Amino acid sequence: MKLKSLLTSAALAAGLATGAAAQDTTTVGFVYVGPVGDGGWTYQHDQGRLAVEAAYGDKVETIFQENVPEGPDSERVMTQMALAGADIIFTTSFGYMDATNAVAARFPDVKFEHATGYKREHPNVATYDARFYEGRAVIGTIAGHMTETNKIGYIASFPIPEVIQGINSSFLHAQKVNPDVEMSVVWVYTWFDPAKEADAANALINNGVDVIMQHTDSTAPQAAAQAANEAGGRVFTFGQASDMSNFAPSPRIASIIDDWAPYYVKRVGMVMDGTWESGHSWGGMPEGEVVIGPITEEVPAAVKAEAEAMIAAITDGSYHPFTGPIMKQDGSVFLAEGEVATDVQLVTMDFYVQGMTGEIPQ
Amino acid sequence: MIRLEKRPSPSKVWTYATPVLAVVLTMLAGGILFAILGKDPLEAIRTIFWDPLFHPQFSGFSRPQLLVKAGPLILIAIGLSMGFRAGIWNIGAEGQYIVGALAGAAAGLALYPSESVLIFPMMVIAGALGGWAWAMIPAILKVQFRTNEILVSLLLVYVAENLLASASVGWLRNPEGGGFPGSRSLSGWDASSNPELIAGTGMHWGVVAGFIAVIFAYVVMSRHLLGYHIQLAGQAPRAARFAGVNPSRLIIMCLGISGALAGLAGLFEVTGPAGQISIDFNAGYGFTAIIVAFLGRLNPIGILLAGMLMALTYIGGELAQFMLALPAAAIQAFQGMLLFFLLGVDVLSNYRIRIGARETA
Repeated sequence: MKLKSLLTSAALAAGLATGAAAQDTTTVGFVYVGPVGDGGWTYQHDQGRLAVEAAYGDKVETIFQENVPEGPDSERVMTQMALAGADIIFTTSFGYMDATNAVAARFPDVKFEHATGYKREHPNVATYDARFYEGRAVIGTIAGHMTETNKIGYIASFPIPEVIQGINSSFLHAQKVNPDVEMSVVWVYTWFDPAKEADAANALINNGVDVIMQHTDSTAPQAAAQAANEAGGRVFTFGQASDMSNFAPSPRIASIIDDWAPYYVKRVGMVMDGTWESGHSWGGMPEGEVVIGPITEEVPAAVKAEAEAMIAAITDGSYHPFTGPIMKQDGSVFLAEGEVATDVQLVTMDFYVQGMTGEIPQ
Repeated sequence: MIRLEKRPSPSKVWTYATPVLAVVLTMLAGGILFAILGKDPLEAIRTIFWDPLFHPQFSGFSRPQLLVKAGPLILIAIGLSMGFRAGIWNIGAEGQYIVGALAGAAAGLALYPSESVLIFPMMVIAGALGGWAWAMIPAILKVQFRTNEILVSLLLVYVAENLLASASVGWLRNPEGGGFPGSRSLSGWDASSNPELIAGTGMHWGVVAGFIAVIFAYVVMSRHLLGYHIQLAGQAPRAARFAGVNPSRLIIMCLGISGALAGLAGLFEVTGPAGQISIDFNAGYGFTAIIVAFLGRLNPIGILLAGMLMALTYIGGELAQFMLALPAAAIQAFQGMLLFFLLGVDVLSNYRIRIGARETA
């Protein structure tokens, strides 16, 4: 009686969910790894959620949960959302990958969309990502011009291909405009931890780095750079995931903005009209998913023009940031002259390009 | 005038009544907090405390989840409580939990892909040994060099977190995982998996171990010489010395037991609910268990109840977050209030409140 199996309640919930859909309201769930107020990654996903609400008004109801750790807790949160009648659930961190697929198996009528992952074990799981490396190419170019110490710092989260793409893309383009540039990478093993991110930024600044990039979600590195500048330093940063315009015009001199709104609005619409299907979406500048935020007046006009030309070239498809010749760190050939990296080569990238110092943690 | 008068011995009644009072006060203060945030306080409290247990739509899933969430908390808190009673403060259960999971997983994965039934028991032993060994570092340093076990055990948590990171991106990484961090799936490999023992109950080996630990601790503390020594050392260290309690042995025992239980909790978690070694696999159980131990008055039965209550606030808190759009920070503040009020009203068990002027002798 009371100890009915999970499947029974799942079936019941699926019935309720269908009932809800019949009343013309689509419930959309979001699972966030950080707080919606992080000013970065999660904030942008939440902006996407609000865009869904704005686009469909009364026809959608959105629910979300923030600060969900990437572990067993995420599986429970997703299950509860599915039980609450969600028709589609966006799980917005890499570490939710296995949990998303496990919950999807139990709720075949609920659609799941996992950000930045690659596992689609069931027909109701789709994955999506953005070509952040396109934005990295642009800020790498700006960084190469802006550094005076020729030391660029990079606060990296986890040594996964997505992050390594970003490091390589920004280093290649910084090196192109400044052959003497060096890049120091600090691995913090977290997506969101303001204290660790600030420590990493301060360590980099103390080592003479004057341009910092980050692949973490908080504004702490921006604040650390601002403090250094107030103490007479000259350090520049780039907004990450979100514009972080509070720190403009300096230290923040540009930003890579993830705009998930077009994708979320499109996919929720597909659920509404019944055309949703599994797949992998990897949009970038052409789709409007990766946007470079305002480049401030700290950046010389010529550099700004160069960056804008690159944005235009990537957007119209005439330039791919990973175009050969590109060598690996060990000197072997990654891409021959004129060769363009395939998506498979990008999503399995597990090496540094030539000129990088240090090793990817193993 | 209100003043406090120390009781000759802690009040029995208040010792049992204060946790209940603390929960009630938390509900009141939490209700005010939720009201300020513009939510219906009654609905919020009901969502946190009632819906996970009795809501027709959710409870079928969340009731078993209470056990899943409470299991590791109880297992760890039981170990901690024995040390705390003796005045030995192991704050690093989180690290022992991680190292236990790592040791168990490594021992199992070394034999991958064997299907021997002995693998899981061996991993359990390795997990307990891993946690025990990690706790032996502060224990031996304390015995030999009189270092402070609070600091040493706490700082070793950060060392363990880095070990975990290096394991998941390096030496335990799934060779077939396409370069992504994380070990092979332990829950997906039959020989190492710790599944639900009865479908739909949430009961897995870790929960069973938690219950066994409760009984074990109850027997040791009330019937065994070790329990007597622990209580004596905590209440009257000098008297304990005269009674023949060897302080070094007690430190080694208490830290060893709590480390081994934390290691076990980690192993059961990594082979069951978590399923694999991953960078963020530790979810703070080791720290939350400290709250559970105190909420349960360091008493085995109390810890059992406190673990369930804590699990309830977690699961109910999650429900409240997306059903009522309460911010996560409000839920954390709510959980924090619980410990705050518990420690606050603790004064009632040790002191008597007197209203009126002090009598002059």
